[in-house]
Amino acid sequence: MTTLPPWAERPSRAGGLVKGLLLTLITLCVLFPIYMVVLTSLSTQEAVTEAGGLVTVPGELSFAAYGELFSGGVVSRSVMVSLGVTLVGTTISLTVTVLAAYGLSRPGSLLHRPMLFLVLLTFLFGPGMIPSYLLISSLGLIDTYWSLILPGAVAAFNLVVMRSFFMNIPAEVTDSARVDGASEFRILLRLVLPMSKGVTAVIGLFYAVGYWNSFFNAVLYLNDNAKWPLQVVLRQYVLQGQSLIVGQTGNTTIAGQPLPPSLAIQMAIVVIALLPVLFVYPFVQRHFTKGVIIGAIKG
Amino acid sequence: MLSDRVRTGPAGDLTSPAGAGTSKDVGKKAARTSRTRQPLSSRLKRDWQLLLMTLPAIALLLVFHYVPLLGNVIAFQDYSPYVGMKDSPWVGLSNFQWLLLDESFWDATLNTLSITAFQLIFYFPVPIMLAVLLDSVVRPRLRLFVQGIVYMPHFFSWVLVVTLFQQMFGGAGVLSQTLRNQGYDGIDLMTNPDTFIALVTAETIWKDAGWGTIIFLAALAAINQNLYEAAAVDGASRWRRMWHITLPGLRPIIILLLILRLGEALNVGFEQFFLQRDAVGRDAAEVLDTFVYWRTLLTGEWSYGAAAGLVKGLVGLILILVANKVAHRFGEDGIYKRS
Repeated sequence: MTTLPPWAERPSRAGGLVKGLLLTLITLCVLFPIYMVVLTSLSTQEAVTEAGGLVTVPGELSFAAYGELFSGGVVSRSVMVSLGVTLVGTTISLTVTVLAAYGLSRPGSLLHRPMLFLVLLTFLFGPGMIPSYLLISSLGLIDTYWSLILPGAVAAFNLVVMRSFFMNIPAEVTDSARVDGASEFRILLRLVLPMSKGVTAVIGLFYAVGYWNSFFNAVLYLNDNAKWPLQVVLRQYVLQGQSLIVGQTGNTTIAGQPLPPSLAIQMAIVVIALLPVLFVYPFVQRHFTKGVIIGAIKG
Repeated sequence: MLSDRVRTGPAGDLTSPAGAGTSKDVGKKAARTSRTRQPLSSRLKRDWQLLLMTLPAIALLLVFHYVPLLGNVIAFQDYSPYVGMKDSPWVGLSNFQWLLLDESFWDATLNTLSITAFQLIFYFPVPIMLAVLLDSVVRPRLRLFVQGIVYMPHFFSWVLVVTLFQQMFGGAGVLSQTLRNQGYDGIDLMTNPDTFIALVTAETIWKDAGWGTIIFLAALAAINQNLYEAAAVDGASRWRRMWHITLPGLRPIIILLLILRLGEALNVGFEQFFLQRDAVGRDAAEVLDTFVYWRTLLTGEWSYGAAAGLVKGLVGLILILVANKVAHRFGEDGIYKRS
């Protein structure tokens, strides 16, 4: 228990209770759906039938649904696509953004103002869906994974946040390195980046989540089902409830083994879509307020 | 507008430009002094590395953000993909005339505006209340834990959020299931056009209300604690302190976000509506962005869709600029600073 300032009286018992209930309720609102989905994905046919839908009470657990999904086929392939796009995209985006943020972080450098203006202007208007589509198609990017990566590779917001963070690094630090004859690349790599791990992690997460979640670009630019990322598969087979025919999910099942329940398979797809976010998030979360927001407000 | 740009939420929309504005000013001063002293060649020699570093990002933005703007010319053409942009016949403003006479365009506009208005009333205050609640949690670990939980859904895709809602409130969802077990009729909230506006607002709250608190929490942390102490010494109750110190402390940011939201009145988000349009029906779920999509990519009326997109973009731009002017009136920075 932290010590309260002397003027703040302890909350009343009733007030504390209401607050506690409220917080519990809010937390449950977020966690409960996730809990049910995870549990159902791990359930057996009997458990799902008995519950008449999503499972709330844990019973016998089975990984059959995941086994089915990862035995090759649509879902495995889409997971690979999403992972690949996320990895390649995040690498490109982060590299380009860090470089530009540093390149624009020294006021008064050559072309600094027009280039910054060019970046900031993108806040005011988007390129428009139809013209973007025409561009992508005339570049020959339709049905390529680049159509999921390149159009959003640089997010002006991320660039600006990163830049303002770099600008908060005292000039004495970088200047002394310059005097010692270090190149700008070296300064960025050896001095600035190690001081900016938090903000880099957060911006990296923003980009990665963007790529992992990319759905609409895929709908727009990919006609070839075989190239679908996970989010499109999620929509097709879970949201729209198109049936997953065996052999479409994976290999035909080994004779005699019953298929895992279809609801469990659907929920397993949901879990796979959730998982990376749940996994990376805790490591980055503590940097949110400190790294990004405060840095951005201070400018 | 396109989805893979990372969503930043209200916090992001606000903070970055404020920072950008400040740094720009600094840049101006420094630029002026250095410009008068050094010739171009020596500046190039000094800064070529920085230029080289910035180049890839600028190139990407030029190609994928600025070049498509040129493509908007097809709004003034009778564009056919087989003929190409160069040779398609010019038709002047006739696409826009069609658009303004098109009832379904106005329906989509009306839907967009009603959703904005509805969300302004029912979504907008939620992050503020949540932030005040979170701020009142004194135990830091508990507070961080709850914050971590409520931020999380912001990082889920819309497909995922809609899917989760369907599992909870759809025809075969948990709610229906529970009702049926109790002997009532099940209900399907996911396909009901009458409650659609409330449904999308609930989804938005679930996904983004927590994330929206970040900016308010930062503002709350910036309030001078001495004010609370002085008020407490003067005998102000908990509620009075909230009314006279906490809320006035948040006021600038509330006003700013409110104005910026009004500037974005035509942007209600794309995927959320795209995903639910089929289930709920066009009458309730068609917004301007989905209108453009369905009219163009499915019927091949490229020029018409481009015209609709252009109108939306221009009106949106005007709204943002007006909102920003208003923000300046209130003494705020807006999305860019008055130079």
